[in-house]
Amino acid sequence: MLKLPIYLDNNATTPLDPRVLEAMMPYLTEVFGNAASRNHPFGWAAEEAVDYAREQIAGLINCDPKEIIFTSGATESDNLGIKGVFEMYSQKGNHIITATTEHKAVLDTCKHIEKLGGRVTYLPVDAEGLISLADLEAAMTPETILVTIMYGNNETGTIQPIREIAAIAHKHGALFMTDGTQAVGKIPVDVIADGIDLMAFTAHKMYGPKGVGALYVRRKNPRVKVTAQMDGGGHERGMRSGTLNVPGIVGLGKACELCKLEMEADTQRLSTMRDRLERELLTLEESYVNGSREHRLPHVANISFKYVEGEGLMMGVKDLAVSSGSACTSASLEPSYVLKALGLSDDLAHSSLRFGLSRFTTDEQIDYAINHVKEAVTKLREMSPLWEMFKEGIDLNSIEWAEH
Amino acid sequence: MAYSDKVIDHYSNPRNVGTLDKSKKNVGTGLVGAPECGDVMRLQIEVDEATNTITDAKFKTFGCGSAIASSSLATEWLKGKTVDEALAIDNMEIVEELALPPVKIHCSVLAEDAIKSAISDYRVKNGLPALEESKSHH
Repeated sequence: MLKLPIYLDNNATTPLDPRVLEAMMPYLTEVFGNAASRNHPFGWAAEEAVDYAREQIAGLINCDPKEIIFTSGATESDNLGIKGVFEMYSQKGNHIITATTEHKAVLDTCKHIEKLGGRVTYLPVDAEGLISLADLEAAMTPETILVTIMYGNNETGTIQPIREIAAIAHKHGALFMTDGTQAVGKIPVDVIADGIDLMAFTAHKMYGPKGVGALYVRRKNPRVKVTAQMDGGGHERGMRSGTLNVPGIVGLGKACELCKLEMEADTQRLSTMRDRLERELLTLEESYVNGSREHRLPHVANISFKYVEGEGLMMGVKDLAVSSGSACTSASLEPSYVLKALGLSDDLAHSSLRFGLSRFTTDEQIDYAINHVKEAVTKLREMSPLWEMFKEGIDLNSIEWAEH
Repeated sequence: MAYSDKVIDHYSNPRNVGTLDKSKKNVGTGLVGAPECGDVMRLQIEVDEATNTITDAKFKTFGCGSAIASSSLATEWLKGKTVDEALAIDNMEIVEELALPPVKIHCSVLAEDAIKSAISDYRVKNGLPALEESKSHH
C-alpha cells in the first residue's frame, strides 16, 4: 500500500539517506571531540573525520580538499561569498552582477550590498529562464568584482551556461561565483572545468543533514579570499569562525561520496520518471512546462495548468507534497518572482506546480501523482468559469474584469 | 494553511456547480473578481417572477478553497430566498459559517458581490434600476 502523502518537494529538502545517517552516528555520540582540539585524541579523531569529509566533497566537485570552507548551509555560504568578496576586493571595485531569478539568499544579500554603497546589476532572463551572455558582456565594467549566477534554478531546474558565464567574468578580471545548491550532487559539477571561483552548496539537498553546507573558495589561479563575516576563533583558514559541526560535516562528506557513486544511475532513473510525469500531465489541455526543457536538472518539473487557481489546486492535490508558484496567504497574491521573470502572466504563475523527485521516489508514486493531479485539474476546471469561457472560445482579455 | 471542515466539505463536494441559461429573462448572472487576482466567481440565480423567489442558483469559481466554499455556500443559501432576502446576505455570515481566517475574508466579500451582481443583472433585465456599486470595489 502506498504511503500518503507522497513527498515530491525535494528541491525544498531531501530525506536523509540512511547510509549518511549511519556514517554520522558515531560523531553524535562517542567521537564527540572538537576538531580544533590539537592536544588529545578526541580532537584528532574529529579532525580526521572532517579532513576525510573534505576529501569526499573535493572528489565530487573536483577541487582541492583545502578549498572547502564549512558553513551552516547554502544561505550562509551565499552571504559569505558575496559579502566576503565585496569587502575583500573593495579596492578593485564595487560592482556585482547577478540575475533576477536567483535565490533570495543571493538577491537579498545583493540588496544589502547596495545599502553598503555597492552597485548591483540584476540580469533579466529569457522565457526559458536563461540569462543572455550578450547582456552579461555588456554589463561588465572595470569595477565589476563578482559575477554570481546560480547553477540550476530551484523552481524550474533551468541550468545556466556556467562555463560561458565564467569565461566572460574572467575575461574582464572579475571572479565567478555560483549558487550550486540544487546542482551539486545531481549533475556533474567540476569547479576547474567550469571555471568556478566560489560555490555555495548544502548537504540537505543531496540526502545529507540540514544545518551544514560549504563554500568552495579557489586557492590558485587565482587565489581567492573572502573577508570573514563572523568573528571568532579563525577556523576554516580564517574565513569562517565557529566550532565545526563534525557530525554534519561527516554527513555532508558521505552524501557527496554517495552522489558521486550513484549520480549516473540516479540521473537516468529520475529523468525517466520525470519525463513520464511531465508527458502524462501535458496530455491535459492548456498545460505548460516552465523553464528550459533542454537545459534542466534531471529531477525537476514545473508545470502550469491554465484556468486553475494555484491554491485551489494545492488543496486538490493534498496527497502530494509539492510546491506552488503562488504564495497566496493574503488578499494580495504574490506569484513566484522566478516564474514572473520568465515572462509568465500572474495567472499562469499562480497555477503552477513544482515537482522535485529524489533518489527515493518510486514509479508507483509517480503513477499515483499523475492520476491525482489529472483528477484535481479536471475537477477544478469543471468548476472554473474561466475554463468554460475558454471552451466557448471567449477571449478572457476581452472581458472587463472588476478588479478587487 | 489549515482549512475548516466546512471549507473542505464544500471544496470536496461543491453544491450547485453549473450554468444556467443566461439568455432567459428570469436568470441573473454575476461575474466578479479577476484572473490576475486569483479569484473569479460566476454566480447565477433563476427567479420565479410571480413570487420574486429564487428557485435555482448555480456557480462556477476559479479560486482557492475558501473562494470555492464561499460561492458554494452562497448558492445553498440563495435557493428558496426572495430576492430581497438574498440582498440582505452579508459577507460576515459566510465568514462565520465557514470559519474563514482573516486572510480569506476577501473570498466572502467576493461571494456577496457575486450575489448582488447577479441580482442587479436580474433587475436590469426586468426593467429595474441596477444596484449600487458593490462592497469590494475600492
